[in-house]
Amino acid sequence: MLTKRIIPCLDIKDGRTVKGINFEQIRDAGDPIELGALYAEQGADELVFLDITATVEKRKTLSELVNKIAHRINIPFTVGGGIKTEADVSILLQNGADKISVNTAAFLDPTIIKRFAKNFGSQCVVLAIDAKCEEDNNWYVYLNGGRKKTDKLVTDWAKEAVDLGVGEILLTSMNHDGTKQGFALDITAQLAETLPVPIIASGGGGNEQHFYDVFTQGKADAALAASIFHYKEVAIPDLKQYLSNKGISIRL
Amino acid sequence: MNTVIIQYNAGNIQSVLYALERLGVTATVTDNVEAIQAADKVIFPGVGEASTAMQYLKERGLDQVIKNLKQPVLGICLGMQLMCAYSEENDTQCLGIFEEQVKLFKPTEATIKVPQIGWNTIHNLKSDLFNGIKEDSFTYFVHGYYAALGNHTIATTNYVQPYSSALQKDNFYGVQFHPEKSAKVGEQIIQNFLNL
Repeated sequence: MLTKRIIPCLDIKDGRTVKGINFEQIRDAGDPIELGALYAEQGADELVFLDITATVEKRKTLSELVNKIAHRINIPFTVGGGIKTEADVSILLQNGADKISVNTAAFLDPTIIKRFAKNFGSQCVVLAIDAKCEEDNNWYVYLNGGRKKTDKLVTDWAKEAVDLGVGEILLTSMNHDGTKQGFALDITAQLAETLPVPIIASGGGGNEQHFYDVFTQGKADAALAASIFHYKEVAIPDLKQYLSNKGISIRL
Repeated sequence: MNTVIIQYNAGNIQSVLYALERLGVTATVTDNVEAIQAADKVIFPGVGEASTAMQYLKERGLDQVIKNLKQPVLGICLGMQLMCAYSEENDTQCLGIFEEQVKLFKPTEATIKVPQIGWNTIHNLKSDLFNGIKEDSFTYFVHGYYAALGNHTIATTNYVQPYSSALQKDNFYGVQFHPEKSAKVGEQIIQNFLNL
């Protein structure tokens, strides 16, 4: 049976992992390769590396980093951050990334989804959506790392993007991100039940129960989290055992 | 030992190369016919679309070369599907090494997504390819089309219905999952192939 996936996310800036890291057992906790390898060893099902490097110049180091990660890690990984052109995608895939994620650039020019899907296959095109529930109770798409609001409803954008060829959707709830109060179950379920592609839920996972909820009530295919893994608030082997004990299909 | 990865217009070749490197094997990535024929082991990887891949192979005569190889050959994902007789993906006649047909998953309920993406279990293992691999081991899959069950099935997986997650005929082996991305289980399967 196909399992639900647990996906740690590593934010990369200038080739280093950012956000607090609290691991004694690895030599260099800021090294995304070391951290990624540790998560893979612990049973992570996939990894996401998100490059938040500010300048284009420094981003060139990303492909070198991806190459090192690909040499080291024996599970699939996605790379995102600032991807705009076929050349950007090509160099990341050539260096061993399994999938790429697009966000703002795809919203501003949706044809890139179609082109990426045609040239590289839908299976490697992940659409990241930063979503926020406003006072009118609707979920809106935000751009530029959550700094810019749009008038587009998340459900509309997700549907359009699937029609254009995205293979998966990584949905981050800005309302829940960082709160550790649980994932956004309603919008996650709404997308998961209406779209033919897997939905990766992100934002708000704070304990084991939250992951159970997002897989059951939220109908998510995968769940992503960052700092709770980095800070060892939730250990991946314990989380997977907990979910398995509660009847969720999980790779142990 | 001389291991060759067939280079063609399909993705995912680097990942296979790196997986071999982790096992201490330096492979050559090439579309050179002599180099492929001279190899001890041949890996035929691939992520992509069947008709364009078959067209590329035919244009270079690689279709005949692959079919006539005598050494162990391992097809991965699209590589395995291309070794079958026919694929529904854009109505493509494939290499015909395995008689099995490749069909599109037709979900029976809305919550079943196509393509299948993620970790699933492999069952009914019967080949040296799976030496030391336990029944119900997890491997990583990404595919919208599947090879039906048949005489050459050496592993099965359930998604929508049971299908062939691995095939074997003589020196030809095919796996639908990605051993190069399937953690330790995948590494063992690649090592088993290298040990053949």
